[in-house]
Amino acid sequence: MNTVGKLFPDLGGPATPPPGVPTLDADPFCEAFFADPYPVHAQLRDAGPFVWLSKYGVGAVARYAEVRQVLTDWETFSSARGVGLADFVKHGRFRLPSIILEADPPQHTRSRAVLNKALSPAVMKGLRDRFAAEADRIIDELVEKGSFDACADLAQAFPLRVFPDAIGMKREGRGNLLPYGDMVFNSFGPPNSFFQESAPRAKEAFPWVETQALRENLEPDGFGQICYQAADRGEISHEEAGMLVRAMLTAGVDTTVNGLGAAVYAFARFPSEWRKLRENRALARPAFEEAVRFESPVQTFFRTTTRPVELGGCRLGEGEKVLMFLGAANRDPRKWENPDVFDIGRATVGHVGFGAGIHMCVGQLLARLEGEVVLDAMARKISAIEITGTPVRRPNNTLRGLSSLPVTVKAA
Amino acid sequence: MVAVIVISPEGAETRIAAAEGVSLMQAAVGAGLAGIVGECGGNAICCTCHVYVNDAWLARLPPMDENEDELLEGTASDRTPASRLSCQIKLTADLDGLTVTLPPRQY
Repeated sequence: MNTVGKLFPDLGGPATPPPGVPTLDADPFCEAFFADPYPVHAQLRDAGPFVWLSKYGVGAVARYAEVRQVLTDWETFSSARGVGLADFVKHGRFRLPSIILEADPPQHTRSRAVLNKALSPAVMKGLRDRFAAEADRIIDELVEKGSFDACADLAQAFPLRVFPDAIGMKREGRGNLLPYGDMVFNSFGPPNSFFQESAPRAKEAFPWVETQALRENLEPDGFGQICYQAADRGEISHEEAGMLVRAMLTAGVDTTVNGLGAAVYAFARFPSEWRKLRENRALARPAFEEAVRFESPVQTFFRTTTRPVELGGCRLGEGEKVLMFLGAANRDPRKWENPDVFDIGRATVGHVGFGAGIHMCVGQLLARLEGEVVLDAMARKISAIEITGTPVRRPNNTLRGLSSLPVTVKAA
Repeated sequence: MVAVIVISPEGAETRIAAAEGVSLMQAAVGAGLAGIVGECGGNAICCTCHVYVNDAWLARLPPMDENEDELLEGTASDRTPASRLSCQIKLTADLDGLTVTLPPRQY
């Protein structure tokens, strides 16, 4: 992975903005930005509907309307040239190919159809009781402890228990999933120190994930097998089935870890919302949705133009990268009232925390199920959450979340 | 405005009036109807806006595409020949009076 710099000789190079585009020297892939992205988000939104980031020589959208426009027009804003800063056409392809995230129709349609089956409401219905029981168990343990790290002991522990089980994975080695996801999500940004440092940590995880996704290593009743059954029916190849299981392992852990972490962190900072949830537990699922809007665990993705197009009043050529700030769109005051307030009664419909359009998160129902059962169990068993130490942010080029959140909870 | 009648799994009728051009899912969510969820916001992805279309109206709807057909295979409540995703039903003047029944659950 040390060769990354050589693979992208012109990243951060002297690409010039289209005439008249507001240019900013902000760096959205540095520690200071991760610590507090909101002033920069506002700056990006206020500068214009389409802006230029001189540090990376790339255009960007941060307002809700333009982010949505780019997300929902896959024919113009393609994912097939990579959803990171690197352009597969110009820079080559160093990541393992994803036949879902970084593909356009018709390949994407085939992959998507299979994953839609694996992650359908019917499959989720079958998982619900098991997930809810596991949420009860984990929250009971934590209430018993009283003080714990809401990241390691809850936001990481819960998905790592239920998700690999649901796919049908073996128990051993699951700890590999976190460094693996960390590295993959770092790889969508520039080849900076976060990426360079995450790569060696994930070295052992790569062959492990590859092996785990093989048919013979998956339990017969897990939803990983649904991909192989589609291959048996000839809908995809067996090789593609393995790729789709890998894609689920890549996209399904870190994201839900940060989603759950976002929810706990938000409730700890907005105690009135916690009381609201305790009074009406039917809000557990909408509350998780609001946490996804509020923190946007997936902050950014790129697209590449397939033709000359006008975006935010600017003329873009073919083959240009566009960076989408999902987190900034989800707090755009042009779209949301009091966007910086965590309000579990809010109508969140249309938020882009799960994306939008054909690439909208295929595992969103699984994420919501996890969020709902955990918040429901917490609301029954915990009367108050207090932050008792300094939360530590985990830097990542794509994901927003904490590595540590010390809390003390009061039993209900 | 287009009038739509939505019948709950228990048989209770709700009448909603919606602007032409919006989807049935949007109209129902906008009217605060709990039985249609539409969590993905109308992207035809999440399958939580499943409805059973009243027989008299079924044939009058534009046919479903392949994606909707595949998604309906995975609904949380059983699929029937009357099943549709309401985010894919665009309300037009000739659908005035459209009647649908909600499934027992969406997820």
